[in-house]
Amino acid sequence: MSGYVLKRLASIIVLAFGVTLLVFLIIRLIPGDPAVVMLGTNAGDAALIERLHQQLGLDRSIPAQYVIWLGNVLRGDFGYSYGQQQSVASLVAQNMPATIELTVASLSVSLLLGCLIGVAAAIRRNQLLDTAAMSVALAFMSIPSFWLGLLLILLFAVQLPWFDVVGGTSLKGLVLPAATLALGTAGFNARFVRSSVIQAQTQRHVLTARAKGLRRSQVFRRHVLRNSLLPVLTVAGLQVGQLLSGTVIVETVFSRPGIGRLLVQAILAKDYLTVQAVVLIIAITYALCNFMVDVLYPVLDPRVGTR
Amino acid sequence: MTPDGLPGGAPAVVAPDELLPQRWALSGVLRHRSLAAGLVISGLLALVLAAAPLLTSADPNLQDPMASFAAPSLAYPMGADAFGRDLFARVLYGGRTTILASFCVVALGGAAGVTLGLIAGYAGGLVRFVIMRVVDLLLAFPGILMALTVSAVLGPGLMNGVVAIAVVLTPIYARLVEGATAEIRHLPYVDAAVTLGAGAPRIILRHILPNVSPAIIVLTTTWLGVAVLWIAALGFLGVGVQPPQPEWGAILNDGQNYITLAWWITVFPGVFLALLVIGVNLIGDGLRDQLDPTLARF
Repeated sequence: MSGYVLKRLASIIVLAFGVTLLVFLIIRLIPGDPAVVMLGTNAGDAALIERLHQQLGLDRSIPAQYVIWLGNVLRGDFGYSYGQQQSVASLVAQNMPATIELTVASLSVSLLLGCLIGVAAAIRRNQLLDTAAMSVALAFMSIPSFWLGLLLILLFAVQLPWFDVVGGTSLKGLVLPAATLALGTAGFNARFVRSSVIQAQTQRHVLTARAKGLRRSQVFRRHVLRNSLLPVLTVAGLQVGQLLSGTVIVETVFSRPGIGRLLVQAILAKDYLTVQAVVLIIAITYALCNFMVDVLYPVLDPRVGTR
Repeated sequence: MTPDGLPGGAPAVVAPDELLPQRWALSGVLRHRSLAAGLVISGLLALVLAAAPLLTSADPNLQDPMASFAAPSLAYPMGADAFGRDLFARVLYGGRTTILASFCVVALGGAAGVTLGLIAGYAGGLVRFVIMRVVDLLLAFPGILMALTVSAVLGPGLMNGVVAIAVVLTPIYARLVEGATAEIRHLPYVDAAVTLGAGAPRIILRHILPNVSPAIIVLTTTWLGVAVLWIAALGFLGVGVQPPQPEWGAILNDGQNYITLAWWITVFPGVFLALLVIGVNLIGDGLRDQLDPTLARF
């Protein structure tokens, strides 16, 4: 067991280093002098360019630059955002709580909604409710989140005076963005839960349980549901990363503070140091969630070998 | 000798996919509800977009200050935007851009990924190790984040957006094709072809690729829907298509700016976009059920 965890840990550390390498390359791959590109309108100032060159270590060899950059990042120093006139680390720290709030809220909504729809569809398999539920799920997955967000604003903020057009960070301001972000994953989860439940129903021990006289509802609760909701955990772990990157769109639609909107603004402003920080944080979180799922799964489902 | 280079009478190993032609029979396609529905929806949309010059004589980029924010009417079936441009024309021509770009994405990403996957799966050893580690690394980023990052490096623009999303698709194709290729590589009929003196390119193209193609087709329809969504998302975020070129995502960005003034800029392009993605996803579901029985839903 611990051997398995160590093996997974080793592979995730290697992966994380690969991720830092790619993120580091962002700034070296942009066409032109990164310092000039990043300074934008201030690029006329030769002294400032020189200073930025030194800060970024652009006068050294690429491997040396990487080592310096990685050292700074590990100490939580992502550089200075000239556009926002503050350190990238503090920018990220200010925006992080709102994004975590949004991600957690939409993950809960998408799991809850997905399980409800999926289980209902599986129970009424091949009946009208199933077809309807699966059509709804497909629609959820197909509707672009930015359009859905705009429609919700149009309906509940412009036509009906229930919400503000520009979302704040209040609990009420979380409702529409969380719903928008959750819907696509909810659709996916509904389909996933449905097939997972149906698969669990076809297991022989379920038939045995019925044969020994348990009521249908008991069998369902004890033997089907427990087995079928485990795989959902795997999916949920993967979805944290997707939802985190989905905040890029949803936060922009609702003009909500957060690292997603920060990333878009940084890209448009060519503030590459901020881009690096946000991309790195999301990618590492994604990798960590995958790791936790891999490690937790065998604990929750002993049938899965841990070689 | 058959065209495969195998002795005519020898019963080659029949992969399940040899049944493909019958599965493709039109009656089967139409019997499958979601496939039929998807084909009808996407077909109608494609028809409408193709017939754009017949449906409207308006120039999608012609500005008319007098028509600024004109509500939908006979003259402006979907209303007009801030510059008085005819929204109906912009939605029709913009859809062409969105769809064309999405096809370019899957073509580019698919070609790169399939090539890498075939090479890795066939060559094995160090080549495979190197290619697949890079693939793992690229897959460590959530898709849309990767697309955004690459387009941040390349700079704004439709072509750059296409390349950025293709970069996301490449490792996905590579992983699928690599696995399938490595499996097929050691089937007796491939060994037979090797014994008969067929070279690596011939074996890959004639014996391996055709057997991987059903999976590639399924993957392509699944990701075509995503490509449409992401092309529009990049346009919406302002890193894709640049003004004044119409594109569904970019028009929706306009819609957001004037959401309290003109609901039509937000509603109409989105309806088209959502319908197209639903259509493509229905086709993807249907094809998966038909071509890949192992993944079929119950």
